[in-house]
Amino acid sequence: MTALSLKNLDISYGDVQITHDVNLDIADGESFALVGESGSGKSTVLKAIAGLAPEWSGEITVLGSPRGHGIDRAFSRQCQMVFQDPYGSLHPRKTVDATLGEALTIHGIGDRNARIEEVMTSVGLDRKFRFRFPHQLSGGQRQRVAIARALMLKPKVLLLDEPTSALDVSVQAEILNLLKRLRREQNLTFLMVTHNLAVVSFLCDRLAVMRQGRIVEVADVADLKRGDLKEAYSRELMQISAAHAN
Amino acid sequence: MTNLLEVENLRVTFPTPRGDLDVVRGISFTLGRERLGIVGESGSGKSMTGRSILQLIRAPGRVTADKLVFDGIDLLKQSERQMRAIRGARISMVMQDPKFSLNPVMTIGEQIAEALLTHQKLPRREVNARMLAMLESVRIADPERVAKLYPHEVSGGMGQRVMIAMMLIPEPDLLIADEPTSALDVSVQAQVLDIIDELVKRKGMGLIFISHDLNLVSSYCDRILVMNTGEVVEECKAGELMAAKHPYTRGLIASIPRLDETRDELPVLDRSAWAKS
Repeated sequence: MTALSLKNLDISYGDVQITHDVNLDIADGESFALVGESGSGKSTVLKAIAGLAPEWSGEITVLGSPRGHGIDRAFSRQCQMVFQDPYGSLHPRKTVDATLGEALTIHGIGDRNARIEEVMTSVGLDRKFRFRFPHQLSGGQRQRVAIARALMLKPKVLLLDEPTSALDVSVQAEILNLLKRLRREQNLTFLMVTHNLAVVSFLCDRLAVMRQGRIVEVADVADLKRGDLKEAYSRELMQISAAHAN
Repeated sequence: MTNLLEVENLRVTFPTPRGDLDVVRGISFTLGRERLGIVGESGSGKSMTGRSILQLIRAPGRVTADKLVFDGIDLLKQSERQMRAIRGARISMVMQDPKFSLNPVMTIGEQIAEALLTHQKLPRREVNARMLAMLESVRIADPERVAKLYPHEVSGGMGQRVMIAMMLIPEPDLLIADEPTSALDVSVQAQVLDIIDELVKRKGMGLIFISHDLNLVSSYCDRILVMNTGEVVEECKAGELMAAKHPYTRGLIASIPRLDETRDELPVLDRSAWAKS
């Protein structure tokens, strides 16, 4: 089954068209990466899916149901987003408890106490952090809160926008392990935006290379590991990453 | 080779309700006209080391050292006024985040020109020409247009290149780059580092490159200091980083995913391994 499908997606900010004709099919339980330089439109694709870039045309379908342009509660229960910078994405004046509980209030879900504790346990946050503010947490802990927040409504699809690029390598390893475990345990589908091909290699099954708002290549991660990408631009990206890795 | 910078027993201390906290605990190193990398996690004191060289640590923080000498100048004895003449012109620093380090109400062109005019008097035409040339040398395709933009109108990557342009235009002797590329993506990262690298080589500048990215540091530096909780735990040549001995360094190296990753789980630092040593 297809978890997430994009058809002829054109996204604009005002008069500027950001993406051109993006087509993707991501299978249920798959982990898919969008890679490319800044400005290639990869984050914009995630924003359009999450409803943060409402000027788009084409089709966005999540688990069989098409997405409209407005706010869609049913959609929010299926699909959630984790942002790049945990220093900026958490409300500074809300405790972890308030951040996590907000989604439950909006969706009128009870059993708040148990659900917050369950999610905190699953992302490896100790109970003592529940009533703390973001500034009392380290970067890695904040990103765990951001992931926990996304998981509150038990979605099937997670959109990850560079979830580890603001973190230290040692903390990055912890968060990557966490994402991998969560995906296995909860059978999640990931669509991850990143520019770090090594992270793709660790966490993903397939990848799409984007450039100037278009997808230039879709490949298996096995191809990436063998260094066997077809398009010249993808190879260029790969060489830059390889040059850094040794 | 004469030493550009000599640091001996540098300490940075902040008072807390529970007594003084040393964030840098007595580190020593010397720097010639070479590229020195300082790596470590957040909280290891690497940025504080960079900032203390420029005397940018504000009260109640305190910097003490047996020796902190730059090119014959004792930095600890300089007045704030004397430091201002050194900052930018002799030692400059590229900060981590262009969002917070650029002036939001000045155009990019004005800011870069200001960096130059603070330290020398030049005709306006020449300032303008050098500003545009500098923007071009950090590979901004359309310098005339970009010079007229405000910081919020450019991307993070471009903002960082603007900051590098600003820091390099007075042609300092020592450049401290504090995570200069953590906000940039890989392809731009390489470009920016190549620009820094080229300028450092051509002008014979010294470079202190502070980063948490071991791979990056090892490919752009000659020597590396590995810091953890305010102390230097290991010092080695860049090429020998992979043969590092300290468990902390080894842990950091192991936690980086590789392009041809086959491990199912990444090893996570076991902090108890050296905490007691």
